[in-house]
Amino acid sequence: MSQSIRWFTFAAPSRFYALTAALNPWLWALAIGLAIAGLSIGFLVAPTDATQGDSYRIIFIHVPAAWMSMVLYLAMASWAALGWMFNARMASMLARALAPTGALFTFLALWTGSFWGKPTWGTWWVWDARLTSELILLFLYLGFIALQSAIDDVVRGDKAGAVLAIVGAVNVPIIYFSVKWWNTLHQGATISMTAAPKMAQTMLLAMLLMTLAFWAYAFAIVFTRAQALALERERDAEWVRVLRAKA
Amino acid sequence: MIWSSWSDFWHMGGYALYVWGAYAVCLAAMLAEPWLARRHRQRALRVPTHTE
Repeated sequence: MSQSIRWFTFAAPSRFYALTAALNPWLWALAIGLAIAGLSIGFLVAPTDATQGDSYRIIFIHVPAAWMSMVLYLAMASWAALGWMFNARMASMLARALAPTGALFTFLALWTGSFWGKPTWGTWWVWDARLTSELILLFLYLGFIALQSAIDDVVRGDKAGAVLAIVGAVNVPIIYFSVKWWNTLHQGATISMTAAPKMAQTMLLAMLLMTLAFWAYAFAIVFTRAQALALERERDAEWVRVLRAKA
Repeated sequence: MIWSSWSDFWHMGGYALYVWGAYAVCLAAMLAEPWLARRHRQRALRVPTHTE
């Protein structure tokens, strides 16, 4: 095999590494700055809710975590599918890098939801359509991680994971529309929260800032993990040798 | 300002366990994950995983 083809195949991960290495400090700074702004508004400016008291303040992490759990799943399934279709290795690595973060946000959505459910519904858990489909999402993430780590052959693992991720993607619209399709205990869309206009605005602002903070966090952490995977998979490539020599 | 004192703030209108229980786990997870991912990358940079 000629040297030029080898270089072509290794080009993408090396470029990815350089690009994300430059982006990551900014993403972390953004995540921290947005979180400080969001929490300051959420805890110091947003007033106590008339019906839920201060327990509603869990919303500032609960809703962003739940949104991220679904967005990251779709991103994971999309990258896995692209990696499978075009044999694009960096895409498959991104899919693998997304899974633990997606699983974590799913867990956090369930955990914070449970801590919100107890004071408002009187129960930590209920087998309601929204909660159950979100729990299934956690199992899909864990299944994806377990399946890929059980297969030693990296390319086969990528393909098997892609099949699971794509089939499981059907669960995401089920989660999203579960509060409409079934009569659930979980409340409907948060944006339509009925409160005095001014009150809703500061609550909404805090929630949106936290969502942006979680986005920045997700990008930074997924990039970091994808960098580690790229270094492992390309361990014999020149760019990795160079980085290793510098480390 | 909506809180009259620090203890008022920590008390969270009687929902301290639920609010701080949710936030503490979220914070712990979002500190642990970057730490683990960075360690993963550091190891990948240091150890040549197989020898030729």
